[in-house]
Amino acid sequence: MRATHSKTALRVKRLAADSAFMTFVCLLMAFLYIPIWVLIIFSFNDSRSLTWPLSGFTTHWYETLFANEALLAALGNSVYVAFCSTVLTLVVGIPAALALHKYSFPGKTIFRRLLLLPIALPGIVTGISMLNAFRLFGFHLSLETVILGHATALLAVVVTQIFARLQRVPKSLSEASSDLGAGAFQTFIYVTLPNIKTAIIGAGTLSFVLSFDEIPVTFFLTGRDNTLPMYIYSTMRRGVTPEINAIGSLIVLMSLILIIASAVITLRDTTARRK
Amino acid sequence: MAPRSLTRMSGHLVLGIPILWIILFMLIPYTGLLTYSFWIKKYPLFEPAFQFGNYLTLIEDPQYIRVLLRTLKIAALTSLASLLLAYPFAYFLVFRLYNHTWRTVLFLGVIAPLWVSYLLRAYVWKTILGTEGILNSFLINTGMIAEPLSFLLYSQSAMVVTLTYIFIPFMVMPIYTALEKIPHNLTEASADLGMGAWATFFRVTFPLSLPGVVAGFTMTFCLSFGDFIAPFLVGGPDGQMVANVIASQFGAALNWPLGSALAVVMLFIVLTIISLGDWVEQKGKVEA
Repeated sequence: MRATHSKTALRVKRLAADSAFMTFVCLLMAFLYIPIWVLIIFSFNDSRSLTWPLSGFTTHWYETLFANEALLAALGNSVYVAFCSTVLTLVVGIPAALALHKYSFPGKTIFRRLLLLPIALPGIVTGISMLNAFRLFGFHLSLETVILGHATALLAVVVTQIFARLQRVPKSLSEASSDLGAGAFQTFIYVTLPNIKTAIIGAGTLSFVLSFDEIPVTFFLTGRDNTLPMYIYSTMRRGVTPEINAIGSLIVLMSLILIIASAVITLRDTTARRK
Repeated sequence: MAPRSLTRMSGHLVLGIPILWIILFMLIPYTGLLTYSFWIKKYPLFEPAFQFGNYLTLIEDPQYIRVLLRTLKIAALTSLASLLLAYPFAYFLVFRLYNHTWRTVLFLGVIAPLWVSYLLRAYVWKTILGTEGILNSFLINTGMIAEPLSFLLYSQSAMVVTLTYIFIPFMVMPIYTALEKIPHNLTEASADLGMGAWATFFRVTFPLSLPGVVAGFTMTFCLSFGDFIAPFLVGGPDGQMVANVIASQFGAALNWPLGSALAVVMLFIVLTIISLGDWVEQKGKVEA
């Protein structure tokens, strides 16, 4: 009798704790997602000022975007910068992750430290260090210097992601490959690469998104050309406008598509692994 | 013969490319930063020199110390707020939620905002918190307040809210990973030995999750410490942080040497915090 009594008491306690947790989780999700909905809703509101209550529905702010040539040029620049810096980070980052995973060499700890530093290092330090160096060597600032800056800042992200995947690839696979007479290069192409393919796609997508959105490094390294975030940033100096909300909503939409795409790739990969 | 030389060449490339990159785009720029910090500002630009005048200015002029202390305070508050939100969330996901789909969905739900532009996530808080912003007009419209609350925007709390909103995923990820690694039989054993839920938490779960907490704290602290978008958007004139001061030295003030010196100080503080975090983590590992 007492035992069942304390069991129900325990269950009630647990239920209370769980509902407290669930309320907390709901509030946290509200904190994270209400602002994004606010951004989107006000991009369709037909008033210049961003105030409650909503006054009416319009797509006017989107129409002005497509007529704004400075904005479209900035968008083009951003795609160019994000694409080139992603390719560069992968070209440098994949070998770097392999080196960390496979080799032991003198100075490896320093190598890893330096490589991973930009993850926690404020972008502004990377930005002005490179600005100083470019200046000392007489480089002119351009979109290309921005690309070098982005590639450096994002290298750490790519290396951590690919390194984490390499750690999960069973060693026996590459050992079997070399037992069967394959060289290191062949083993990489036929054994390692297929196993880390999705990690490379994931890291590439992430660095594209981060570069597309980057400000602190771009701020210091760009010449006369603006990237999209720099353009938005300079518009924000003049105050808040529904046009910014409209660009913002389009960027949210693009992010959403990329999130879903990468989730699908990851899920397909994990189910394929289980088989 | 050919495959072997190919192998040797690929071996050189694997190490060579990243090392070359590190030297060209990290070591040389950091040296450049250090070099500039010893230079002198002289009209119209600056001259090479080796002197500590810039560093002395940073110590002697109280405005720099004030900005530095404010930045440290805001970064600490942001990390604390993120921790208080992220920990219970991660704990619930790992120990209380048995449905795997929900666990994945909620975890991704917190991480997903990282993919949405960071500039826009800061901007939207400016539109929400402004004097004529969405929150104020909403509260007036529903009759909850009569006058707009002016303290919402351009205050340190606005910065902490915005920075927490932006950087909380970096706190959730390592804590979640750390909690997930704790074997469930440890907490079960603790309960079997008669420990209450709270005692189990404080004596078993929390100490074992400490590496994740430290990693998350380090990350959130460093990122918010170096931010200059949130202060620009929601900080107001009294809300400048170190990064804003550095940016203005490279812009309107045109004093690159002083800006570089300040950036060296920032780099030093960030490195100290990272090493401190590593040290605490290592110490925890030895004791465990």
